This record gives sequence, C-alpha cells and structure tokens, in this order.
Amino acid sequence: MNFPILSSLILLPTIGALFLLFSKDKNSNTGKYVALFTSFVNFLISIYLWYLFDPSTSSFQFVENREWLKGFVNYKVGIDGISILFIILTTFITPLCIISVNNTIKIRLRDFLIAILVMESLMIGVFSSLDLVVFYLFFEAGLIPMFLIIGIWGGSRRVYSAFKFFLYTLLGSVLMLVAIISIYWIAGTTDIVQLYELGIDAKYQNLLWLAFFSSFAVKTPMWPVHTWLPDAHVEAPTAGSVLLAAILLKMAGYGFIRFSLGLFPLASELFTPLVYSLSLIAIIYASLVALMQEDMKRLIAYSSVAHMGFVTLGIFTITQQGIEGSIIQMISHGLVSAALFLCVGVVYDRMHSRLIKTYGGLVSVMPKYAILFMLFTLAALGLPGTSGFIGEFLVLMGAFKDNFLVAVIASFGVIFGAAYMLWLYRRVVFGKLINKDLLKIPDLDNSEKFILWSLAIPVLFFGFYPEPLFNTIEVSIKNLIEIYNFNLNMYTSGVQK
Amino acid sequence: MNNLNIISPEIFISLSIMFLLILGVFKKNSSSLVHNFSIGLLLITGILILNNSSDSVVTLFENSYVIDNLSSLMKILTIIGGAFVLSISTKYLKISKIFLIEYPILILCSILGMLVMISSNDLMVFYIGLELQSLALYVLASFNRDQLKSSESGLKYFVLSALSSGLLLYGCSLIYGFSGSTNFNVIGNTMNSTHYGLTFGIVFILVGLAFKISAVPFHMWAPDVYEGSPTSVTLFFAIVPKVAALTVFIRFLYVPFLNMIDQWQPIIIFLSIASMIFGAIAAIGQNNLKRLVAYSSISHIGYALASLSVGTNEGIQASIVYISIYLVMNLGLFSCLLMMRRNNQYFETIDDLSGLSKNHPVLSLSLLVILFSLAGIPPLAGFFAKFYVFKSVIEQSMYFLAIVGLLSTVIAAFYYLKIIKVIYFDEEKEKYDTNHSISLRISLALSTLLILLYFIFPSKLVEIVSRINII
Repeated sequence: MNFPILSSLILLPTIGALFLLFSKDKNSNTGKYVALFTSFVNFLISIYLWYLFDPSTSSFQFVENREWLKGFVNYKVGIDGISILFIILTTFITPLCIISVNNTIKIRLRDFLIAILVMESLMIGVFSSLDLVVFYLFFEAGLIPMFLIIGIWGGSRRVYSAFKFFLYTLLGSVLMLVAIISIYWIAGTTDIVQLYELGIDAKYQNLLWLAFFSSFAVKTPMWPVHTWLPDAHVEAPTAGSVLLAAILLKMAGYGFIRFSLGLFPLASELFTPLVYSLSLIAIIYASLVALMQEDMKRLIAYSSVAHMGFVTLGIFTITQQGIEGSIIQMISHGLVSAALFLCVGVVYDRMHSRLIKTYGGLVSVMPKYAILFMLFTLAALGLPGTSGFIGEFLVLMGAFKDNFLVAVIASFGVIFGAAYMLWLYRRVVFGKLINKDLLKIPDLDNSEKFILWSLAIPVLFFGFYPEPLFNTIEVSIKNLIEIYNFNLNMYTSGVQK
Repeated sequence: MNNLNIISPEIFISLSIMFLLILGVFKKNSSSLVHNFSIGLLLITGILILNNSSDSVVTLFENSYVIDNLSSLMKILTIIGGAFVLSISTKYLKISKIFLIEYPILILCSILGMLVMISSNDLMVFYIGLELQSLALYVLASFNRDQLKSSESGLKYFVLSALSSGLLLYGCSLIYGFSGSTNFNVIGNTMNSTHYGLTFGIVFILVGLAFKISAVPFHMWAPDVYEGSPTSVTLFFAIVPKVAALTVFIRFLYVPFLNMIDQWQPIIIFLSIASMIFGAIAAIGQNNLKRLVAYSSISHIGYALASLSVGTNEGIQASIVYISIYLVMNLGLFSCLLMMRRNNQYFETIDDLSGLSKNHPVLSLSLLVILFSLAGIPPLAGFFAKFYVFKSVIEQSMYFLAIVGLLSTVIAAFYYLKIIKVIYFDEEKEKYDTNHSISLRISLALSTLLILLYFIFPSKLVEIVSRINII
C-alpha cells in the first residue's frame, strides 16, 4: 500500500481548518494565509496526482480500502478519469475563493475560512468515494458549511435562502439514503466497483433510479426543483456563490454519470425521455427567465440552470461525445460561472448593488474589468476558442446522434444563451454612463486581476487545446459505456428468455 | 447466597439510599455531602454491574429476574445518565434554591426502580420496578414546589401516569388470566392459541408502556411536564426513563410474544409513524426550548420504535444504538441549556439564544454540532443512529415506514435549523455568565466530541450492542 494520497487530499483542508479554529486572533491576515497555504498545497498535490494518474486504464487508481462500519461498509476511495478532473477543479477553485474574501467578507473572516476549507474536504470526498454510504456521507455533510455560508454572510434574505437550500437538498437526499440501504440488502454490498460487476436486479432498478434522481435533480438543479438555486446564489457571498456554482452543482452531474448510468442502465434507458424533456425545459425556460432578470447574480444563476440542462442532456445521450461533452461543460461551467460571479462581486463590492440598471458604461471607468468580463461572457455563451464551446458542441453532437429533434431544440438554447449574456454585457459595460457614482470606482486591484486571469487562462487554454482533458476522461468513459451496454444487453436478453 | 451476588448492584443501591436518608436527616446542612455521595455511590453501582456482566444469561427467583447482556448494557446507560444528571445539576439546584437532600435520593430511588424494570422477566416484578421509578419521578417533577408550573406538572404527570399504570395492570391481569402465568418465558411457552384476550392484554400493556416513553398518541403529558419541571429534572426525564422503558418494550415484545408479532407489529408501526410525524410537526411552533425538547424526544422515540417493530435482532440492536446516541445528544443539549444563565437566572426560550455565536463561540459550536446531529445530518452521530434504524427497517422491506421516517427527518430538520438560525444569523444579546462548574463543561465537551468524532470509530458501539441477542 502506497502513501494514502487521496485521504491526505481529503484531510488536509480539515486540518487547516482545525488549525484556524484553535488560533487566537479572529480577523487578522494570518488566518487567511494559513487557509491559502493549505488549499494551495492541496492544489499542488492534486496536480501531482494528475501527473501520476495513468489515463490508459479505466480501473480505479490510488484505491484505499479500510474497514469502517464493521462487516458492512468500507471506507473506500479511489479515482478514475472522470473524478480526477472534478477534484482538480475543486482544489483549483478553493484557493481562488480564499483570495477573493479580501474584499467581500467583512465579519467573522476566520469562521468563513473554516467553512470553506471544510467544504473543500467534503467535496473532494464526494468525488473520490467508491462506496455509496461514504459518498452519501460526504454529499450530505456539505449541507452544513454551505448552510452557514449562505446564512451568516449572505445578503438581506439570507435566512430564507439558506433554509430553502438546506431543506430542498435534504428532501432529495433522504430518498437516496433509502435507495442506498435498499441496494445493500438487494446486492449485498455498497461498494461501487463490486456493484458495477454484479449489476442490480432489473425489477428494482426503476425505483432506485428515481430515488437517486430525486436527490441529483435537486442538486443539479433541474427544472422544476431548481428554485432554490437563484435564491441561494443571490444571497450567498461571492465566495459562496463561486463554491456553489463551480463545485457543488457538479456533484449531481458526477452522480448521474457514476451512479445513475453505472448502476441502473435499464432504468436510465427507460427514463431517458424524462431527462431529455426536463433538460430541454431547463435549457429553454431558464434561458428565457434569465433574459428577464434585473439582478445580475440571479441572471447568472439562471444561466447555470440552463448550462446544467446541457450537462444532463449530454449525460443521457449515453454516447462517447455526449458524456465527454457534459464533463467538459461541467469543468468549463465551473471556471466560467465562478469567474462571472466574481465579476459581479467586483462591482458589487464597489457599488453595493447587484441590479443591472445601476450600471452602464463601465468600460470607460474599468477597462481591464471590461476585457475580462467580455472574455467570460463569450465563454459562457460558448464562443469557439473558449472551453464553453467544446462542451456545448460535443453535447449537441451526442444529442444529434441520439435524437434529432432534441438536439434542434437544445440548439435554440445556445442562441438564447448568447442573447441574455450579450445583453447583460451591453447593459452593464457599454452604453452611456448615467450613474455618476460609477465615476469614482477604481478598476481591478491586483488580487482581483490575479483571480480572474487565473480563471481566464484555463478557459482559453482548454478552448484551444482540450486534449489533456480528453486524454484523461476518454478511456474511463469508453469503459463506462461498455459496461452500460453490456448490462443492458444482459438484462434485455434475460427478459426475452 | 450465590444468587444475591448477582443482584449486588440493586442491593447496594438500596442500602445506599437508606444510608443517605439517615445521613441527610441526622446531619445538618448535608445537601452537598449527600449529593456528592450519591454520585460516588452511583459510580460504584456501575462498577458492580460491569463486574457482574457476562455473556451468559442468569435468571433468579423462579426465573423472574434476568441478568444478560441487554440488562447489563441498559443498566450501565441508566447509571451513566443518572450520574451525569446529578453532577451537572448542582449549580442549577443551588440557584433555584432547591438544593435539598431529597433530590439525589429520589433520583437514586427512581434509578433503582429502573434497574428492576430492566432486569424484570415477570409482569409483577416489572410492575413493581415501574411504580418505584414513577413515584420518584412524580415528586421530582414537582420538586420546585414554590413554582406553580412545577407543582402543576407533577400533579399532571401523577394523574395521567396513574391512569396508564391502571391500564397496564389491567393488561397484566388479562394476560395472566389467559396464559396462567406472569412469567415471560412461561407465557411464551404455554401460549399455543392466539386468544383475543391475550391480544387485548398486549394492547393494554403497550398503551401503558407507550405512555411511559411518551409515544404518540399517549404523549400529552410530555410537553407540560418537561416545561414545568426544573431543568435538571427535565434532563433526567428526557433520557433515563426512556432507556428503562425501551428495555421493557424489548423484553415484553420479544420474549413472550414474539410469535404474535403480526398482532403487535401494526401497533408499534403506528406508534412509531405517529410519533415521528407528530413530534416533528408540533415542535415547529415551539419557542420554549424545554417544550421543544419534549416534542423532539417524542419524534426520536418514534425512530427507536421503528426499528423495534421489525422483529429481528438487528432491529433491537439498532434501537439500542439509537437510544444510546440519543442519550448523549440530549445530555449535550441540556448542558448547553444549563449554561444559559445570566445574573442567577436561567433562560430557556429560543429567542434567548439570539446571536449566541458572537459572544460564546465554543458554546454555540457545540450546540451547532448537537443540533445537526439531532437532525440526523452526516457525519455526526445522529446520522448513524438513524442509519442503523433504517438499515434494519429496510431489511424487512418496510419501505413505507422508512420513507415516512426519513421524510419526517426533513420536517424535523426545519426546527433544528431554526434554532441554529437564531444562534448564528440573528443579532446578539447580552452575554451569559461563564463561570460554569467543571462537571458541566466536561459533560458538554464530552458529548460534543463523542457526537463529532463518532464517525471515526463507528463500529465500537455497534460491537458492544451486537452481543445482545434476545431472539
């Protein structure tokens, strides 16, 4: 057994958080440096992990297996090509969040950093766990820090949003818990690797799939259970929104790929039309709603719903392109939406307003900001040359392969996306400078520039050269689809007998 | 004489009660002496129980008194609960001006009653134990006799409890009449026909027992009594009698009447579902923390009953794990409540917690952990408690019960969140006093750490409990 690199990735932020908890001073910068240092080391470890990672095999790597709940559940973690990207996304976004607290968090800085670090631990745990119970543990535990982040540091309606967020997601998840325990009694294990091999009895699959779906749909969020997202986003502090958009939403997409497809192929096949229609509604409806928003954060939140619609659509095409596209779309959305929320945060810190009509003509006072905001706007609407394009394009390609009509409708979403994003940009950055207060505000400071550029570089890099991403995920997805088809054939032939 | 050795804990505790009574009467101002003595004597009793515990089953007095793994574990839990209640309530009693010698003695009496209940294998023995603990509890509830609410709660508890005891006794007589014996094993062996009379007997006894553990629809007394009693007594009410009553539940259902499971299973399921849902919904509107704890304990009992209804050893074990973790969580919660003191006055409404996190970060962090654990959010101990319960429920394909139970955790999460909201999101108020006794601090720290770190060694408790095999 080698060095437990995954467990140390999971534990390190928590250790940093503990260190902060026992430190004496509450608001000084030392705490921030400690948090930054921990999360940066974690980022380096995860990059090293990517370097060690062998993309030519589809089996799980760096597996650790320890007895946990005796004779029942093992603490099992490991990664494949799909999960490693999400882990890196997590470790990449967290330090940026910590840098961004400079301007945004005025009260109880130390507590905020603790919450973010704990959150990072839990998210890495979600993406690396190979046991359903362990997964559930990490998945649900994330509610606690997020509830506090929204509730303590949020805006005026923070309490309402925090409750909505918590109860919605909890409601979805308890059904998943029932399903997980049922799987244990049906298949005799909750180990994902073993479950992939064993398969789950066909007669249970539909209900179990629905139970998992109820949890993931809320977390994704899919229409019609998406309503917690705009509220939570609007009221969360910038760093909270970034975490929520960049990482938390990805847990559900990851869950769909890992569990819904992997464990219940028969049910996934059956419910594909349902997912398609919900995704299409999400894409079209959320885009239309986004068009009408007056609050910038709310607008971006609805655009997240639309983007996640593409992700679920891509996953359930169950084609190589579709799933690859979904994963790249998720990574790209993680970077771009994080950047957009930060962009909103930048002007919010200066003007304390999120309303679009407060702004206008920013280009003349904040030229550097205008450039970066432009870049991310274009990435969000999927301009070729940005990472957003690759994801959307591949998803649509997968969709065309599977169902022409669905793909055509989804393509409209791309147009709407361009409409609301460009319109937002025009109203905020261009136009006449009417509000005189805007004249006084400074352009980006160094830390803001640093954060936004470090998000811009991967967006552009993967836009032009997505090869590293493809290399990492290709074999794992191929394998996933093979298992899927194999199980599907087995069940269908079994039924015919 | 060999036999008496086995019940040495009970004998020892009876002798200590008499000794403490004499000491208290003949020595002036001996309250704190009696108090400290009683804690020490309880701990010695605990050691005696540990000493006596073995994997074999020993029965005494014509098979009417049984010592096995179940009884040993539950007695230890009772003793631990009792010792903690005594040790953390000193300051509260002094401030409330009820620091009297009777308090520890009554608690010891009721613990003695519980020990008898836990070990009983006969309807008569069980009833004697039950009445002994109840009588002590009536007095304890009205212990703060200068306060109207406390007297009222004592009286209320007495009247309703007497009624339920009557029902229970009637059930006992029915069972005796139709089976010819009061001994659990004999009833189990001789009962060859499912006679209606027996079913009625079971129902009456279940009603009586449900009253004691405050399961819906026999819960009416709980909120009033919890609110009216002195806080330290409420703590005692909330944790210790439940352990004993649950043991009786287990023994009564699984020893004589296991083969009548299709008769009593629906009753338990109903009690469980009603308690879970009602406890969760009714707690939402409460502002007094002690009332809220009453409702939350009602819904927690619902979960413990859920796994009792399945009729397997795993179910019994899950239920015991649940009640153990519940005990720790409530101990922590009440430690926090006893810390809410300003200028010699205790506060007990949710509003008094407003903005607690700014002035008392450690206290509020502990409360946060305890409340999330009560709500059953992983990775805290409360989650594992629920997890084992639902694991045993789903094993028997009782999906309806599992789904209702889990949905009611979502409802319950709402009011726990409401408290957390008040603590963390609202504006701060005046500071509370911070000169708490060492024992109070220890019990809070200990319970919080146990809850928080349970997930690192989740199998330890289960291993101990898995030695219990009733069926």
